[in-house]
Amino acid sequence: MPESSKNVLDRFRQGDAEAFEELFREQQATVYRWILRIVRDARTAEDLTVETFWRIYRAHARFDAARGFEPWARRIATRVALDWLRGRKPESEMTPALEATLTAEGTGDPGVQAEIRAKTAEAFTRLPIKLRVAAVLAVVEEQPHKMIAESLGISVTAVKLRVFRALRLLRNDLERQGIKP
Amino acid sequence: MTEMNNEPERMPETERMKELLKAAVPRVADEAEPARDLWPDVLHGMDREPVRVPWFDWALVGGLVALVAAFPSAVPVLLYYM
Repeated sequence: MPESSKNVLDRFRQGDAEAFEELFREQQATVYRWILRIVRDARTAEDLTVETFWRIYRAHARFDAARGFEPWARRIATRVALDWLRGRKPESEMTPALEATLTAEGTGDPGVQAEIRAKTAEAFTRLPIKLRVAAVLAVVEEQPHKMIAESLGISVTAVKLRVFRALRLLRNDLERQGIKP
Repeated sequence: MTEMNNEPERMPETERMKELLKAAVPRVADEAEPARDLWPDVLHGMDREPVRVPWFDWALVGGLVALVAAFPSAVPVLLYYM
């Protein structure tokens, strides 16, 4: 790690606001994208990015520079995003913005019929949150399992199991609707 | 890159479901960024201290709950003195 980065991290740990701003400028896009990958709504991701950095600032004294800022920030961001997902009522799972994003024409494999795509997107929103998040990060976003595991505070095996269970539930849901995937 | 090397995920129907999911849910662009500068909002929130309840208040509430649970007849007396 370069000396200047170490210096910024040390100053941040001591509560230096300028060091915090420096880290914010450096990491905000990364944190924003990670949250967006989980919540799938740009406006919400912006609000949750702000919330994440508040929590990061308040927790500065607990920061361990040896473990790196990015994984720590990602873990806090994941917690914030999961809290937000859990706080939503089941009937409001599919917001208009989310629906538009999920079923947008021209996305994904053109060989997959639009109806199947829409049904899959709907079934996806019905998955339990912890399975949905693991599946979207691992399958759709193709993030490394190790990174997902660290962010969720679980093992790599648990991530793989969640993905497997999510896909199985998705298949069962589609079959109940008369679609043979 | 994704580590897709576990046994269950090699099953053909699982692979098919993965393809379906990828087709239904678009990937977030690697260059996606917030549409506005978030720093002013972060700065504004930094001044706001989170609400903290002192431990003594929690102890008091706990004591009251225990008292009411042990002696329900004490509730009118407590209400009288509140």
